[in-house]
Amino acid sequence: MYAQMVKSEGTAAAEMSPEERAFQDRIDRGEKIEPRDWMPDGYRKTLVRQMGQHAHSEIVGQLPEGNWITRAPTLERKAILLAKVQDEAGHGLYLYSAAETLGISRDELFDRLHSGAMKYSSIFNYPTLTWADMGAVGWLVDGAAIMNQVPLQRTSYGPYARAMVRICKEESFHQRQGYAIMMKMAQGMPEQKEMAQDALNRFWGPALMMFGPSDKDSVHSAQSMAWRIKMNTNDELRQKFVDETVPQAEYLGLTVPDETCIWNAGRGHYDFAEPDWEEFFEVLKGNGPCNAERLEARRTAWDRGAWFRDGLNAYAEKSAARRAAAAVAAE
Amino acid sequence: MPSLPDMGTPDVMALARAAADAQPHHDDPHVADPHLADVALRPAFFDWLCRMGDNALILGHRLSEWCGHGPALEEDIAIANTALDLIGHAQLWLGLAAEVEGQGRTADDLAFLRDTLRFRNVKLVELPNGDMAVTLVRQFLFDAWAFGMLRGLTASTSPRVAGIAAKALKEVSYHLERSSDLVVRLGDGTDESHARMQDALDRLWPYAGELFAADAVDDAVAAAGIAPALSDLKPDWQRTVDEVLAEATLTRPEVRFDVHLGGKQGRHTEHLGFILAPMQFLQRAYPGASW
Repeated sequence: MYAQMVKSEGTAAAEMSPEERAFQDRIDRGEKIEPRDWMPDGYRKTLVRQMGQHAHSEIVGQLPEGNWITRAPTLERKAILLAKVQDEAGHGLYLYSAAETLGISRDELFDRLHSGAMKYSSIFNYPTLTWADMGAVGWLVDGAAIMNQVPLQRTSYGPYARAMVRICKEESFHQRQGYAIMMKMAQGMPEQKEMAQDALNRFWGPALMMFGPSDKDSVHSAQSMAWRIKMNTNDELRQKFVDETVPQAEYLGLTVPDETCIWNAGRGHYDFAEPDWEEFFEVLKGNGPCNAERLEARRTAWDRGAWFRDGLNAYAEKSAARRAAAAVAAE
Repeated sequence: MPSLPDMGTPDVMALARAAADAQPHHDDPHVADPHLADVALRPAFFDWLCRMGDNALILGHRLSEWCGHGPALEEDIAIANTALDLIGHAQLWLGLAAEVEGQGRTADDLAFLRDTLRFRNVKLVELPNGDMAVTLVRQFLFDAWAFGMLRGLTASTSPRVAGIAAKALKEVSYHLERSSDLVVRLGDGTDESHARMQDALDRLWPYAGELFAADAVDDAVAAAGIAPALSDLKPDWQRTVDEVLAEATLTRPEVRFDVHLGGKQGRHTEHLGFILAPMQFLQRAYPGASW
């Protein structure tokens, strides 16, 4: 998920150097590119942007769900949600580590997040208002993420592809637990059903936006697809998501908030309305409902943790010095 | 139910169930436990189980407040993991408490439908997180106690209690290792980290003694052989605390450590109400709903 509007940089085929040509041939043969292999600068930069954005999305994504850990309605739901949000932090850790193999440190990536130079998925700039949102986020947001991430298990950069294998397994659990919450809510009291429908109403459009702008407006797709950093077009994935999600909503007895969303037997797909792209670009610019809160929360956590990280580093240096001194004394 | 996309794993739910089944059952309700039928002991046994459960629940709740806000990604994960362990312990202790009580209540009823006067945790665990120094010192003081307590409980004359303790002990052993390690590193880190840790210790020390303040409830379960006497746990706790503080270059406060008592009897700090308000909101707002 979690990576949208990633700017890619590449060279047209006619202008490729022999190295670039050989690199492209490896990718075309389905070989994995590993950290020590030669790679074009553009490939490295594009991957850093994409993996960094993906990693940031995981840790910023902890916040909207983290909101509800202290308010979870049962001990079991609390434990499941806590485990889930912890998983997201773990995904962030894999992805920052994978990005480090490209020569960029986690601290540098954090700096770019905190300065606003790097983005995270704009879905996390929407608020979580009721408990049903924990269902909707798992079902729709993780569902959309899975659509994007399953193909990325075959992406050309080895560390990214391998991180994605683990992440996808966990995301599958997340989607199921989200759907399980939705089932309880949809079959529960009238107030619970109202919350469930309201959550679907609010998250439907933003979930569709997670796949990025329409292919006709997506300027960076072609190069990323040639490099197998991006495996499917935005519109393909969006259609697949709608086709899978609409019957799931029907099963819940909920209505997708789109009157034009109907099965098109001729196409073999559901027709559906484009999400509000104006809203998408506004949220991307920083004008979403929670952009300021999310970034503030990350910056605050980082700033308040400075003494803690410094303390651990100082101890590590002191104990290394003590070990060295002890070794000298022993000689 | 329509099929959800599969992630290349044959059936994740079946795998999860198999993994859960493969684990030993630590709280097997079919194990015969003579204490469960002891009517005279029931009120004290119930109260004591609530103390064990509430300590885990409230501390787990406090730790869960850090989720997404930790000082480093690894710590965020470790704290959430500790919180998760403690919520799990709370489920087991409160589940057994509800069973002992025999009034048809569940662990969830106890967690979400009791008010502050009925909560039985020590005050230490309900204190606000403060900075990471407060969180870690609070954790360390508690872990060192919980470790000794759970170790003692594995020899309980109540097989149900011993079963829960055996599971919890494995996890708490790790919690203690982690909190001790971080107390040492931050105590002996920078001047600032040292000062923050010493401040946290000075602030929390007067709350630590409640962990060892025995009353009639503690005496009754100790007499029944269910739990060790709290006074028996104190020497090991003091040794652990002294060793870790010495290595951390921190000074054990000279003041009394048993100043702030009463949590175990339901007389709490102002903070507990502010924990319960969000925690119990959904259960209170929608009585009888299923989640």
